[in-house]
Amino acid sequence: MAAIPEPVEALLEAALVGELTVVDGNGRPVTYPLIPLYDGEHVYLTSSTLFSRKLEHIKANPKVALSLTDPIAVGGRTDRATIQGDARVIEEDPHGGWERLLPIWEKKEPSIVYFLKQRVALPLFFERSLIEITPRRVLYWADGDAAMAPQATDVGSEVA
Amino acid sequence: MAGTATQARTPALDVRQGLEKLATYPYQILTFVGADGYPVSVGVRATLDPAAASASFAAPAGLAVPTDADVSLTGSHIRPQPGYGYDERRHVTVWGPAIISPDGRDVSIAAARAWGWDEAEVPFFEYSERSVGQSRKYFDALSVERGTPVKPRLSMASLVLRTTRLPFLSATIVPVLLGILIAARHGAFDLLTAVLTVIGASFVQLAINVSNDVFDTAQGADDANVTPTKFSGGSRVIQYGLVSFRRMAGLATIFYLAAAVIGLLLLVLRGSPALLAIGVVGFIVGLGYTAPPLKFVYRGLGEIAVALGFGPLMLLGAYVVQTRGVLTWEPVVASLPIALLVALILYVNEIPDRRGDARAGKRTLPVRLSKSTVIAGYRLAALAAYAIVIVGVLAGLLPIPALLALLTVPLALRVSRGLEPNYDNPYGLMSVMAVNINVHLYAGLLLLAAYLIVLVAGAVAPSINLFVG
Repeated sequence: MAAIPEPVEALLEAALVGELTVVDGNGRPVTYPLIPLYDGEHVYLTSSTLFSRKLEHIKANPKVALSLTDPIAVGGRTDRATIQGDARVIEEDPHGGWERLLPIWEKKEPSIVYFLKQRVALPLFFERSLIEITPRRVLYWADGDAAMAPQATDVGSEVA
Repeated sequence: MAGTATQARTPALDVRQGLEKLATYPYQILTFVGADGYPVSVGVRATLDPAAASASFAAPAGLAVPTDADVSLTGSHIRPQPGYGYDERRHVTVWGPAIISPDGRDVSIAAARAWGWDEAEVPFFEYSERSVGQSRKYFDALSVERGTPVKPRLSMASLVLRTTRLPFLSATIVPVLLGILIAARHGAFDLLTAVLTVIGASFVQLAINVSNDVFDTAQGADDANVTPTKFSGGSRVIQYGLVSFRRMAGLATIFYLAAAVIGLLLLVLRGSPALLAIGVVGFIVGLGYTAPPLKFVYRGLGEIAVALGFGPLMLLGAYVVQTRGVLTWEPVVASLPIALLVALILYVNEIPDRRGDARAGKRTLPVRLSKSTVIAGYRLAALAAYAIVIVGVLAGLLPIPALLALLTVPLALRVSRGLEPNYDNPYGLMSVMAVNINVHLYAGLLLLAAYLIVLVAGAVAPSINLFVG
C-alpha cells in the first residue's frame, strides 16, 4: 500500500503554512491558509470557531485538498505538492480536544504555547475544532514547475 | 435587548482590489474542483489585469482546468520568525470562470469575486472580533446538532477575572484607602468600618463594571465595537457567549445588593447623613453611567461621572465613615487629582472605542471632539491634576510629601506623546492605555505613601510639621 511520498512528507513536516481548499455549497473552491500538522498517517489542521465557515463546508462536502506551494513557508524548498483527501471535523471538545496536537503545533509555531497561557485575552481563538484529512491522492511537482505534469500517487496504490 | 451577535463583518474586497493585491504575490495558486470532486491546486505565474478584471497564465501540464465552473487564484504570504512562528499574514483569492485558449496552452479567468485578509490592514484582533458572529453561529449549530447547549469556556478563575474586570479595582481601592488615611490623620480610625468600606466600595465597582456590560450590550455599543482592547470595549463575555445576558444582569444585581447591605451596615454603625447622601448619589452616578434614562457616558458626561464617582464620592465616603460625617477641605482637595486622573483613564480608553461608540449612539468625548482637541484635553486635565497637588501643598491643604505624586509626571508625558501617533491604531494605543492606568495608580499610591509618612512622622516626631504654614 503506497504511503505519502517521502518528499511530500518532508514538505508537510517543514510547512509553516499550507493552503487548505474546501468546496462550498455552490461547488466553488475556497482556500484558507493554515498550519498543517502531520502525524505520519493523517494531516491535521485546526480551526478556531471564529473562522469556522470552512468547517461547515467540510461537513457538507468532505473532499478537500491541501497545497504546499510557498518556498518561504517550507524552509526554502522549491518542490510543491497537493494532497487530496477526505476530511473529518473533530469537534467533541472545542475547548480542549485540539490540545493533543499542541506538541507538533509548538514545533512549528513555538509562540502558540505563550498565547495559550493568555487564553483569557483570546477565549474564542482557542475554541477550536480539528480537521483530520485522510490522504487519497498526492500530486507532486519535483521542481515546482506547473509546466511539467505532476507525479500523481494514489495513497493505497501507485498510479503514475 | 439588542442583538448579542457581533453585527460587523469582514471588510468587503472588490474584484479590482483583489487582483491588485494578487499581483503583489510572486506566484498564484490556481485551484479548481476536479472531475472526481476533489479540489486541485497548482502554483502558477499569472498575468493580472485589474482594470479588465482578468488574469491569464500558462495552462498547467497534465491537469484539466474546468470551464463550466468557477476556479480561483490565491495569493498567500507569511514571514517565518524562527523560534516564534510567523507574521505578516495575508492572503487573497479571486474567483471566476476559466476560458481555455483554442490551442489549449493558456488559461484566462474573468474575475467575478474576491476575498482576503491582510493583517497589516485589519489587525488580527479586529479580524477576530469581526468574526465573533461566526463563532456564535458555530456553537448554536453544534448545540442544535447535539440537542444540548454547547458554549465556549474559560477556567473559573479566568472567567471571574474577565467578567468582573477585577484588576481595575485599583480605581476604587486607591481613593478609599486615601480617605481612610486622611481620616486617620485627623484622629478618626476604626478598623472594622474601614475594612467594610473597602469591601463595600469594591462591590460598588464590580456592580458598575458588570452592569455597564449589560447596558452597553442592551444598547448595542459593545456589539458595534470591533476594536476592543484589554482596557476598552467592555469584558465582552456576553458577546463571546461565555456568560449569558441574563446571568450578567443577575450578577450585577447581586453586586449592587451586596454593596447596599454593606452601605446600610455602615450607616447603622456610623449613623452619618453625609454617608447616606454620598451613597445615594454614588448609586445614581454608578448605575446611571450606562443605564437609561441617564446614560451619562452616552451623553458625553462619562468622564464627569467617573471623576465624581471614583474621586470625591469614594474618597469622601470612606472619610465620613471614619469621622462619623464630619467633613473638611483636605479630603476634598486630595480627591481632585485622583478624580481627574481616573477620568483620564476612561477618556483615553474611549479613543479606540470611538467608531463603535458612534455607531451605537454613545456620544463620548472622543466621539464628539476632534483628535487635536481630545489630545489637548488630556494634557490640560493631567496638568490640572498636578497643579492641584502643588497648589494644595502650597495652600497647606495637602501635606508636603504629596508632592511625591509629581514623580508620575514623566508617565503622563509618555501618554501625552503616545496619543498622537497611535490615535488611529487601537492596538498601538494599548501600551499607552497601560501607562495611563499606571499614572492614576502610581499617583494614588504616592499620595497614600505621603499620608503614611505624615502618620508615621506624627507618631514618632510630632514636632515636625509636614504642612506648609
